[in-house]
Amino acid sequence: MSRKLLSVGIDVGTTTTQLVFSYLTVKNEANFFSVPHFSICEKEVIYRSKIYFTPLLSDRVIDAVGVQKIVDAEYENANVEKTSVQTGAVIITGETARRENAREVLNALSGYAGDFVVATAGPALESALAGRGAGAAEYSKEHQCAVLNLDIGGGTTNLALFENGDLIDTGCLNVGGRLMKFDENGNCTYLSPVLKPYFSLNANPKEVSRFLAEILEEALGLREGKRYLDFVTDKLCKPAKLLSFSGGVADLIDDAAHEEFAFGDLGVLLGKAIFHSALCSGDYLRAKETIRATVIGAGSHTTELSGSTIFYDKTAFPIKNLPVAVLTELEENAEPQQLAEHISNRLRMYDDTAAVIGLRGKRNPKFSELCKLADGLALALRKVQTSPCVIAVENDMGKALGQALGMLMPQTPLICLDGVHLSDGAYLDIGAPIADGQVLPVVIKTLVL
Amino acid sequence: MNKEDLKAMVAQMLTELHAQPTVKASEYTPTRHAETESVADITAIDLRAQYLVEKPHDAKAFQALKNKTPARLASGRAGSRYKTITMLRFRADHAAAQDSAFSLVHEDFAKENDLIPVKTECKDKDEYLTRPDLGRRFDEVYQKVISESCKGHRVLIVVGDGLSSAAIEANAMDCVATIEQGLKARGIDYGKKLFVQFCRVGAGDHIGDLTDCELVCMLVGERPGLVTSESMSAYITYRPHRGIAESKRTVVSNIHSQGIAAVEAGAHIASLIEKMLKQKASGIDFVQEAGA
Repeated sequence: MSRKLLSVGIDVGTTTTQLVFSYLTVKNEANFFSVPHFSICEKEVIYRSKIYFTPLLSDRVIDAVGVQKIVDAEYENANVEKTSVQTGAVIITGETARRENAREVLNALSGYAGDFVVATAGPALESALAGRGAGAAEYSKEHQCAVLNLDIGGGTTNLALFENGDLIDTGCLNVGGRLMKFDENGNCTYLSPVLKPYFSLNANPKEVSRFLAEILEEALGLREGKRYLDFVTDKLCKPAKLLSFSGGVADLIDDAAHEEFAFGDLGVLLGKAIFHSALCSGDYLRAKETIRATVIGAGSHTTELSGSTIFYDKTAFPIKNLPVAVLTELEENAEPQQLAEHISNRLRMYDDTAAVIGLRGKRNPKFSELCKLADGLALALRKVQTSPCVIAVENDMGKALGQALGMLMPQTPLICLDGVHLSDGAYLDIGAPIADGQVLPVVIKTLVL
Repeated sequence: MNKEDLKAMVAQMLTELHAQPTVKASEYTPTRHAETESVADITAIDLRAQYLVEKPHDAKAFQALKNKTPARLASGRAGSRYKTITMLRFRADHAAAQDSAFSLVHEDFAKENDLIPVKTECKDKDEYLTRPDLGRRFDEVYQKVISESCKGHRVLIVVGDGLSSAAIEANAMDCVATIEQGLKARGIDYGKKLFVQFCRVGAGDHIGDLTDCELVCMLVGERPGLVTSESMSAYITYRPHRGIAESKRTVVSNIHSQGIAAVEAGAHIASLIEKMLKQKASGIDFVQEAGA
C-alpha cells in the first residue's frame, strides 16, 4: 500500500524566484510479517513554474508582495489548492537571505504553504538541497564515487560534497553571475560589495569573470592563492575530483547561444570563464537539474520520515522551529539524577521555548535500561513548563521509550520519535502523522529566520 | 595407443601422484599459543564488517553493499575453497543454531520471571521435533492448570520455547515487559503469563479453547538460522481455537539484537493488540493501515 504527499518547493533566490510541486510516495517497505518500515520511495516533480526574476524594491529589500503575486499565479496555473499541499519548503537563498526583509517575505508566503511548509534558509541546508536537487547525490550513489556539486547562482556558489549518496560536507562562496549588473548599453550599474576591494564599477567584465573563476579554482585547490578567503561566506567544503555544476550559470558553461550581456549580468561571461578554467579541464558533469536544482531540492528533498514505530500523545501538529539539544554519549548514559541535570542545563539555554532532546539511544536496550533513561528524562521534563515534550532518538526505540515516559507523566503532551539523525543547534519541524498515524514527516533545518 | 604407450602413461601418472608434497609434514609446526593466551572468539567478528577479498577492485563499494546484508559475501578464497576462518565461522554458527534448537530454556526461567510453567504433550525435545501435533496440545493435568489460572481475561501473553531456547532467553522478557506496560497504559485487561515447554504456535489455540480469552499473544523462538540463533517471533491470534486457519494470525518476526529490538517490538505489539481488539480480527482479516 502506498500513498502520495503533495509537496511544494518555493525558492526565492538572488536572481530568480521559482516554484515546483512534487509527489512524494510513501510506502511500507517491510514485508507482511515484520514491523512496518515506511519510507519515501519515490520523488516525482509534477509541476515546474516559469523562472521569474526575483522582484526587488531595492538592492537590499525584496518585494514581498511581488513574490506573493508570482506564487499566487503559479498555484492557479498548476491548479493546486493551497489546502491540498501537505509538505514542502519555502527557502530564501543566496544573498537574498541576507536582505533586510527576508522574514517579511516568508510571512507573505505562509498562507500558500499549507499547514506544514517550512520556511528556511542557511547556506549549509541550501547547498545540500541544491546538490540533491541537481542529482549529484544520486549520481554519487549510483556510481559509488565522490561528487562535488557547485550550484552557481546569482549571488553565491553553494558547494556540497557527496560520497556514495551521503552528504559529507558543504560550503558557500560569494561567487555568482549577478555580482555585476549592466544596462542595455553594457554600462555597469551595480557592483557587489564583495568585489569592491578588487574592482571598480568600470572594470572589464571579462576580467572580473576570469577573476571569479580563479577564486573557484583556488577554493578547490586547483590554483595557488588565498584570495578566495575573502569570498567564503560561512565555511569551505572539502574538494573532490569529479565536479558537477548546477545553478543558473551551469547552463552557460558550454553555451554559445547567448549574447555576452543577455541577462544584464556576468552570467554568460562567468560561464565561459569557468569553461576555460581548470574546473572544466577534467571530467565534469552538467547536473541533471541546473537552474531548478535548489527549488527541486526544496520541494522534493526537505521532508524526511521518522521511524515507523514511534510515540505521540495529546499533541497538536504541525510543530515548527523546535531547537535541538543533543546530549553527549556520556551524558545520556548517566544515572537518572545526573541525566536530569544535564538535560535541565541544556534546556535552560532555550529559556521558554520548547526544545527537542536529541539522544543516540541503544541498538537493543534492556527493559531496565529503557526505564532508567525514562526516569532521568521524566525528572527533567517535569520541571519544564513548555509543551509538548519532544524527544528524538537515533536508534529504533522511540515507541518503547515514549510508552515508558507516558507511564511516568501521563498528563504531559509527549512526542518520542526515532530514526532521525539530529545535530546540536539544528531545528526540527514535525508535521501531522501520516500512514494511518504510524509515521511523522519531519524537516531538519540549520537556520530559522 | 599400444600396450607400451599405455604402460608409460600409467607409470607417469603414478609418479605424478607420488610426487613430493610442497609442504612436508615434518616441516609443519602449528601456531602455538602461550598457556595463558586464549584463542580469539571468531563468532565475535561482525560479518558485515569482515572483508576478506585480496586485491579487490573496489572494496569500498562492495563494503557498502555488504553493510546491507548478513549474507557471507566477500569472503575471499584459498584456491577454490573457503578460507579457514570462513569455514570455521560457518561451523560455529551452525553449531550455535543446533544448540539453540536442541537445548532447553534453563530450569528456573519461569520462576524467575513470574510465569506459570506448563508443558505440551511432548515428553522430550526429540519427540517435540518429530511430532508437531503433540506440541500443540496439553494433557489433562496441564489443561486444568491453564484453565484455572488464566480464565476470565481478554488477553493472554504466552512465552513458548519453540525452536530456539536461546531466542527466548535473550528477548522474551524484555519484550513482555513493554507489552505489559503498553496494555496497562491502554487499560487492556490481561491474565497471568504462561511459559510453555515444547511449544508449537498452535498450542496457543488450545489455550484459547481452555480459557475462552479474546486474544493470545505468543512469543516463540524461531527456527535458528546461520545469521542469528536468537530470533523470536510474536504470533497474535484473535479468538484462537483449535483448527483456526494459520492465515488468521498476525506475525511480528525478527525480534533480536540485529533485527527489531525486543522492547520496541513489545511497544509495537501492544498497539497492534489494541487495534485487533477494536477490529475483532487478526491475520489477513486485520487491516494494519486503514486508508491514508
